[in-house]
Amino acid sequence: MSETVDCRGLACPEPVLLAREALQRAGAGTVTVLVSSGVARDNVSRAARQMGWSVAVENTAEGYVLTLSK
Amino acid sequence: MKDRLFIIAAGAVTGLLAVLLVLQGNPANMGFCIACFLRDITGGLGLHRAGAVQYLRPEIMGLVLGAFITALIGKEFKAGGGSSPVLRFILGILMMAGALTFLGCPLRMILRLAGGDWNALAALPGYIAGIWVGTIFLKKGYTLGRSQSQPPLNGYAVPFLTLFLLVLLLTAPAFIFFSTEGPGSMAAPVAFSLGAGLLVGILAQRSRLCTMGAIRDLILFKDFHLFWGIAAIFVVALAGNLITGKFVPGFTDQPVAHTDGLWNFLGMAVVGLAAVLAGGCPLRQLILSGEGNSDALFTVLGLITGAAFMHNFGLAASPAGVTPAGRWSVIIALILLIIIGAGNLAAKTLYSRKEAKTAAPANN
Repeated sequence: MSETVDCRGLACPEPVLLAREALQRAGAGTVTVLVSSGVARDNVSRAARQMGWSVAVENTAEGYVLTLSK
Repeated sequence: MKDRLFIIAAGAVTGLLAVLLVLQGNPANMGFCIACFLRDITGGLGLHRAGAVQYLRPEIMGLVLGAFITALIGKEFKAGGGSSPVLRFILGILMMAGALTFLGCPLRMILRLAGGDWNALAALPGYIAGIWVGTIFLKKGYTLGRSQSQPPLNGYAVPFLTLFLLVLLLTAPAFIFFSTEGPGSMAAPVAFSLGAGLLVGILAQRSRLCTMGAIRDLILFKDFHLFWGIAAIFVVALAGNLITGKFVPGFTDQPVAHTDGLWNFLGMAVVGLAAVLAGGCPLRQLILSGEGNSDALFTVLGLITGAAFMHNFGLAASPAGVTPAGRWSVIIALILLIIIGAGNLAAKTLYSRKEAKTAAPANN
């Protein structure tokens, strides 16, 4: 089962901390991260890429949906 | 790579403008100083009566308006808030207590170093130490909770307040205070200051430049991204000062500075820790305010209130040194910051991070 981390409304670096925790827990597969700001979108994407995950960003009315996979 | 070049460019332009602002009339090593300029605005509005530091600094208006405009264009303007505004207000007050002990915000610390003011060498390890302590709280789960969407007027109010300050500056009514001597009387022309602020506001909003985030991300993630920005500020300001003969190395007789190393260290430690707990250095708080983030605005209001307290209560340092009462204010600030950090960890009930691990229902 793929994990979803809801970081909406949280200020950086919390989304990055939570996303990294989730990625380390998952190891591989797909992790979905929800964020509500452009800053969190950029920071989580950068952290995920640094950890070797690929990032797909979807812009929704509720914020950004980041699909991280490895 | 493109991102890295952009943040380096943003830092370089900030460093260059800081040098030019001094050449145009700002106090030495004070091309930009968010804490000092907010303190000057506090005085200009008559909220403190320290006659030497009263002026409505247009750089501040420029920074906020620049961030507002570019956030609007980039579709990143978003009225939001409600993430512990009261705590953020208090963190702002404490941050200013530290800054007015060292006599500068972290941005000015970098500029002081680039000007040869070695007193900032005591402050830098203090800033890093404060941030390091803050990252321990973050790793243990410190959070101020989620923010929520707010009616748009909450966001638009900030540029309007800023424009109001600009009108007060340009019309100079009798009830606004303008220093006739001291640092508050030294200023680049209004148009130049405003333009420099606008440009840095635009670049800082786009690049997320933050002096605290630079060091925090290094400690937490070994991520150099933001660090390149502040490194660029330092390198360009240093080069600019060397070229224009403004590089004067030494400890004594440095402009708007004192030589009390211990309190420079502790003052900046307070700023570093408060900035981590509030999620941004004074510059970043201004930029976020311009983006519609009312939580950051509360921190800025705290900074302004802190400036009033520090000067009205005789706590602010001066080139003569740190007053005994000022030392106590730093110690009390450190204790309160530890209480806020540790207390937050102890009382994680309502805003437990566990809710983030599974998709929570949308709260906005």
